[in-house]
Amino acid sequence: MSLKEKLVSSFMAFEDTVDVHSSIHDIRTEAIKTFEAEGFPTKRLENWKYTSLNSVLKHDYSVFPKHENKLEFNDVKKYFIHEIDAYKIIFIDGKYASHLSQTTHDGLDVCLMSAALTKPKYKVIIDNYFNKIAAKDSLSSLNTAFSSEGAYINIPKNKVVDKPIQIIHFSTGSEAAVMLQPRNLIVVNENAHVQIIERHQSLTDNPVLTNSVTEIFTNKRAIVDYYKIQNDKENASLIDNTFVNQKQESLAKVHTFSFGGKLTRNNLNFYQNGERIDSTMKGITIIGNKQHVDHNTLVHHIEPNCESHQDYKGIFNDSSTGVFNGKVVVEKLAQKTNAFQANNNVLMSDKATINTKPQLEIFADDVKCSHGCTIGQLDESAMFYLRSRGIPEKEARALLMFAFSNNVMDSVKIPELKNRITKIIAKKLGVNIGFDL
Amino acid sequence: MLKINNLHASIEDKAILKGINLEVKAGEVHAIMGPNGSGKSTLASVIAGKEEYEVTEGNILLDNEDIEELAAEERAHKGVFLSFQYPVEIPGVSVTNFMKTAINETRKAKGLDDMPAKDMLKMIREKSELLEIDRKFLSRSLNEGFSGGEKKRNEIFQMAMLEPKLAILDETDSGLDIDALRIVANGVNKLKSKDNAVIVITHYQRLLDHIVPDFVHVLYNGKIVKSGGKELAHELEAKGYDWIKEEVNA
Repeated sequence: MSLKEKLVSSFMAFEDTVDVHSSIHDIRTEAIKTFEAEGFPTKRLENWKYTSLNSVLKHDYSVFPKHENKLEFNDVKKYFIHEIDAYKIIFIDGKYASHLSQTTHDGLDVCLMSAALTKPKYKVIIDNYFNKIAAKDSLSSLNTAFSSEGAYINIPKNKVVDKPIQIIHFSTGSEAAVMLQPRNLIVVNENAHVQIIERHQSLTDNPVLTNSVTEIFTNKRAIVDYYKIQNDKENASLIDNTFVNQKQESLAKVHTFSFGGKLTRNNLNFYQNGERIDSTMKGITIIGNKQHVDHNTLVHHIEPNCESHQDYKGIFNDSSTGVFNGKVVVEKLAQKTNAFQANNNVLMSDKATINTKPQLEIFADDVKCSHGCTIGQLDESAMFYLRSRGIPEKEARALLMFAFSNNVMDSVKIPELKNRITKIIAKKLGVNIGFDL
Repeated sequence: MLKINNLHASIEDKAILKGINLEVKAGEVHAIMGPNGSGKSTLASVIAGKEEYEVTEGNILLDNEDIEELAAEERAHKGVFLSFQYPVEIPGVSVTNFMKTAINETRKAKGLDDMPAKDMLKMIREKSELLEIDRKFLSRSLNEGFSGGEKKRNEIFQMAMLEPKLAILDETDSGLDIDALRIVANGVNKLKSKDNAVIVITHYQRLLDHIVPDFVHVLYNGKIVKSGGKELAHELEAKGYDWIKEEVNA
């Protein structure tokens, strides 16, 4: 039985036993039909031309992982930004781990999707927001059909959240292969401000496939800083589908740090429904071996006087492959749009590949849109400069890589997070140098 | 200290240095002058170990050890320092962090532990005062957005921090106004001792008014065609290089 057949038949067998609002059943049933009709995307689709899921779909994944709740904080501490006080929503094999978490209902909701999908008091929110901006494509639909758990965050009007929220999904490998489908809903109301750090972390060498959907709503003048840390094990793959719907004068930033995993696909979509909106997407990708990272971004400029900024840096070692496909749509109404896009890459090996493709669809006439992609090697004269100061080749190369990624790092607003990412990069580059950048 | 014998070097099969002989002893200052394209910067780069250049004949001895097979960082660890004509901009790495890394990597190569933070700070303070460098400057990204003069002053600051045995200053005077020139020259003079040596590569006499050389060499077409004392620099300033070219070509 193929994974698709397995998923569809599991849905049929268990859907009646799932306890969610009745309206959700209808949405889920509709979604599985979409997935059944479309199946997993193939390279025949324009958007998937450079990313094949074949190698990750071949495993016999358990689609309803068993509940194995054995982790202690000290075992997994290193995956937390533990130096700071934070709200925590932690999952182990798709199930909520209360002993690792710190949720709240005190003045804001930092809690669980399962609660939002089942408890009557959340029904209005769910009716207003759930599955409203997630794409109706096969992978998001698949997630919708299986959506039962994840983070539910609702920040009320004028609330500046006092500390970051960490969302971590662990997989323990209690079964041979696991497929996880976390579903997050984040509503940030007028004038509210929140910082969120999200991570998917496998603790096993067994295959893990995560197909995640996150819907983020930033209402009027709200500010959201979202950080994704993707530094997973070599047999873990992630399809991250994130949708951000912005209202007027809101500011949403998503940073994606892709350092690990077998295959990572980021579908990151921004929709600007209001004026004077700012959308920022930044990323650093550093991979090697046969790793594959695909950034597929969309900014949809719908109304006038808005901005979008994209800045993605990639460093590719060994036989790794990267894809950057950045689409910017500027509607006829969206005059005075400023849209910037940059994708800079360094290939460290003859066998590494990057496919980079900016796509601009502009229907307004008074706009400023720029895009630039570069693919290069390391600057030899800079290498000589550093080495002539006594810095060995490997460390000099690392220093230049830090410099190359610097303007992405610069906008990380949580110092402890920045420090952690710097350390992950240092480890990834095989150096032990204490740059406090 | 430095002994260069019949050095030939080329880049992409194009011969640039065609038989250089030069001996620099501890405590000496040598100036290398010459017209554009004569090979001055190449000589500096070859001594410092730039890999693009291939040494095709001859050798470079530092304290009687052939350094040709050594990487640039290994030469730096042995005390060779090159002040760049065009220092490279490294965004995101502060001058201070860069110096810490350079010093501690050099110490590591010598089997020493990292320099204690307290000592490092003290040294940074002393050396930055020597070159009249503002503390704020040290937290800026290395060379990024620096003026020409700031870049050169920063090069000499690095020299002061690394305390090299052999310092090669490649066109350190270019881009400097008269005040910056004085500060840079003053810094170099204070760092001079009987145990180290300086090679000043320059086009013009004016730096040599401040850093007074013991020997002046004229490099032309890949060879040292004339050597003399400091008065040779004055002669070149007054007469230009044409008479040298004529002498050589005659």
